[in-house]
Amino acid sequence: MAAPFSWIKPEPHGIYIPPADCWVDPSRAVSKALVTHGHADHARGGHGKTVATPETLAIMELRYNTRDGVRSVAYGETVRLDGGVDATFVPAGHVLGSAQILLEHAGERVVITGDYKRRPDPTCPPFEVIPCDIFITEATFGLPLFTHPPIADEMAKLLARLEAHPNRCVLVGAYALGKAQRVIAELRAAGHTQPIYLHGAMEKMCRLYQEHGVDLGELRMVMDHEKDDIRGHIVVCPPSALNDRWSRRLPDPITAMASGWMRVRQRARQRNVELPLVISDHADWHELTRTIEEVDPHETWITHGREEALLRWHQLHQRRARALAMIGREDEDE
Amino acid sequence: MEDFACLLEALVYTRSRNEKLRLIAEYLRGTPDPDRGWALGALTNGLNFKAVKSSTVRNLMQDRVDPVLWKLSRDFVGDTAETVSLLWPEPIGDVAPPPSVSEAVETLAKMTRATAPVDLPKLLDRLDPSGRYALIKLATGGMRIGVSSRLAKVAFAQAFDVSVDDVEEYWHALEPPYAELFAWAADGADPPDTKNVPLFRPFMLAHPLEELRVDLKDYAAEWKWDGIRVQLVHVAGETRVYSRSGDDISATFPELVGALDRPAVLDGELLVRGDAQGGAEGGAASFNALQQRLGRKTVSKKMLAESPAFVRLYDVLSWDGEDQRALEWQRRRGQLESAVPKLPGNHFDLSQLVEARDFEHLAEIREGTRDAAIEGLMLKRRDSLYVPGRKTGLWYKWKRDPLLIDCVLMYAQRGSGKRSSFYSDYTFGCWDGDPDAGAELLPVGKAYSGFTDAELKKLDRLVRQTTLNRFGPVREVERTLVFEVAFDSVHTSKRHKSGLAMRFPRIHRIRWDKPVHEADRIGTLRKMIRD
Repeated sequence: MAAPFSWIKPEPHGIYIPPADCWVDPSRAVSKALVTHGHADHARGGHGKTVATPETLAIMELRYNTRDGVRSVAYGETVRLDGGVDATFVPAGHVLGSAQILLEHAGERVVITGDYKRRPDPTCPPFEVIPCDIFITEATFGLPLFTHPPIADEMAKLLARLEAHPNRCVLVGAYALGKAQRVIAELRAAGHTQPIYLHGAMEKMCRLYQEHGVDLGELRMVMDHEKDDIRGHIVVCPPSALNDRWSRRLPDPITAMASGWMRVRQRARQRNVELPLVISDHADWHELTRTIEEVDPHETWITHGREEALLRWHQLHQRRARALAMIGREDEDE
Repeated sequence: MEDFACLLEALVYTRSRNEKLRLIAEYLRGTPDPDRGWALGALTNGLNFKAVKSSTVRNLMQDRVDPVLWKLSRDFVGDTAETVSLLWPEPIGDVAPPPSVSEAVETLAKMTRATAPVDLPKLLDRLDPSGRYALIKLATGGMRIGVSSRLAKVAFAQAFDVSVDDVEEYWHALEPPYAELFAWAADGADPPDTKNVPLFRPFMLAHPLEELRVDLKDYAAEWKWDGIRVQLVHVAGETRVYSRSGDDISATFPELVGALDRPAVLDGELLVRGDAQGGAEGGAASFNALQQRLGRKTVSKKMLAESPAFVRLYDVLSWDGEDQRALEWQRRRGQLESAVPKLPGNHFDLSQLVEARDFEHLAEIREGTRDAAIEGLMLKRRDSLYVPGRKTGLWYKWKRDPLLIDCVLMYAQRGSGKRSSFYSDYTFGCWDGDPDAGAELLPVGKAYSGFTDAELKKLDRLVRQTTLNRFGPVREVERTLVFEVAFDSVHTSKRHKSGLAMRFPRIHRIRWDKPVHEADRIGTLRKMIRD
């Protein structure tokens, strides 16, 4: 009989499952890949076969033109891989289509979370706790100083600033996949019915969300409108466009940024942000540690983020953990 | 405290200078005394609480957060006050409402080293994260919110429509919470009485000359000495020595306090005599010798004898009780030349003018000078009045060209404040022999300026990609990059393994193209010692 968990191998470029000759979220092209969600540091083009949720596959088709060799797996569905490994896709609550992957083999259970959060998100189903032996987690906000405030507070801040400056606009920098649509959906939930203006790079992804039944209200493209139309409105753009020449066409924009990093003042200052909105699609420190307690695995493996602090927490709580030092995982909303 | 916390929060996120001025002015107008005075003191770094230091705050956290998690958090945030404000555990049960600024100041002032660990947490418990941030900044200074004390004074002047020069003039006679200053500016009371106070007068400063050329008919040239700019004030039997920033440094230079015994305000360069550091007999020793005397609270007799201080006078602001500042430079210079013989010669001399036929001739003289105590030239408009600060077109400084050397990047450290996530402080070295014959690099200096934001991003990426070792916030990197480092001078030093210390090193150019074995050797740097 093989040694325990010899069927799962963390490598710098992803997590490898030898009996199935299959990778999870590999950062280079492989013959067969399971993909947790559509962000570029987890999903990439060029795999021989790609297994993911239908929403993630739609995102990958849009971004990487991934059409061939795809296998769509619904939430809760189990696929049998080669070598007798079962993979079940379970909601991770991170972005549209995001999934944790539960792997089972020879009576051993491993959960790979991809990225996740525990807060409600109108654009995707919530994270589910799955008991397992090895819990492979992210730690993007793995420092005790990270406590994400309630999103309603951040929306109120944004709307108050908009109201105070009817002749300007508020330009919100938000990651094009996930964060942007969540911010828009939360604005709608907060009762904001005005049209919201978009940077060109946002258009297709927002349309994809709408096609998947996420209500984003009336969206307009900045390029189709005059400066004066945009006064008193919210504009959403990718973070890279915040201080770009592109923003010159806007009426005296107030620069906002939606990111968990905005909790730290100097991070906001570095990006010349005037209105920091602490909104994250990742678990904060308390949610990370609570999740580990709830899942209660024999061992935690940490893929990326502030792994030193989370390792220390395990040590203080007499839990087993190791850091995997994955290559190419970015803090995507930085 | 909430209003002050809101002000700080708004200032942190405001880019425009005018908007910052508006925010501060609005706060100063709308806040009662003495809260606004304490706030102004905090913004100008004028508050000092003996029992509450950055270390006091750090120690509080030791009992509340695991030390490893604290260190990782502090390193990530890059600012102690902010880290504490974010990590402070929310109090259990009911707490008193937030204190006012004055209540907080009174409580902080009463604390001793013994009581601070008990009383400071009680204050912190009453505040939210942004209030805690404001309180710690107020208590420990070092705001780092992009507001200089000058900006705060300009905002004060704008708030009450008074002249900022008047504010600067009275400033150093007063202390927080500046009751007399507000009474004068806000309520129309008489200005503070400063007649018999040895007041610091704001210095007149110079712009760099850069590519500009001036006509020597309009401008006089004078050496710029490599010491520290000081102002000596004598009034009503009392003498004070002030540094450029207006700090009272009389205790460090007692021989100068005794040397001026008539009513005067003098502007000059403080230098030390002595041949120990290479200064010619009776002349000025180098900055390195002066440095041995700076920052001391008491001075030994031996030091007074070996490196006596004197002032090389540039200007006279007041003489025998007569204010000279409204006179043209040419007339003040005449006054100064007739005043110097009346002062004790061992502690005062006159900074000589540099005579040149024309600008080209002056440039030649500047090139030709080898004196270590000379930093460059000053060009002063002959009809310039003595006005505070930098006014365009009146005075120029024309520094000697910096020395240059090629060094190799060895270590990088994360910056603070605005650069907290970037590896922005660089330690670099020179070869101790022939690099192709197995020589090693020895660190020779550290620099954190001279590059653009775009270059910083590129450097930060290089550091992360070429890290060999991590020591807390410091990373050792592969030896791949050459910096052309500019510096003002280099001295022997026992502190460094290379035996050398540079003065004011900064990155002059990043030599992405240059192979590291072509960087300079320690010997080349040693030959550049001027003293």
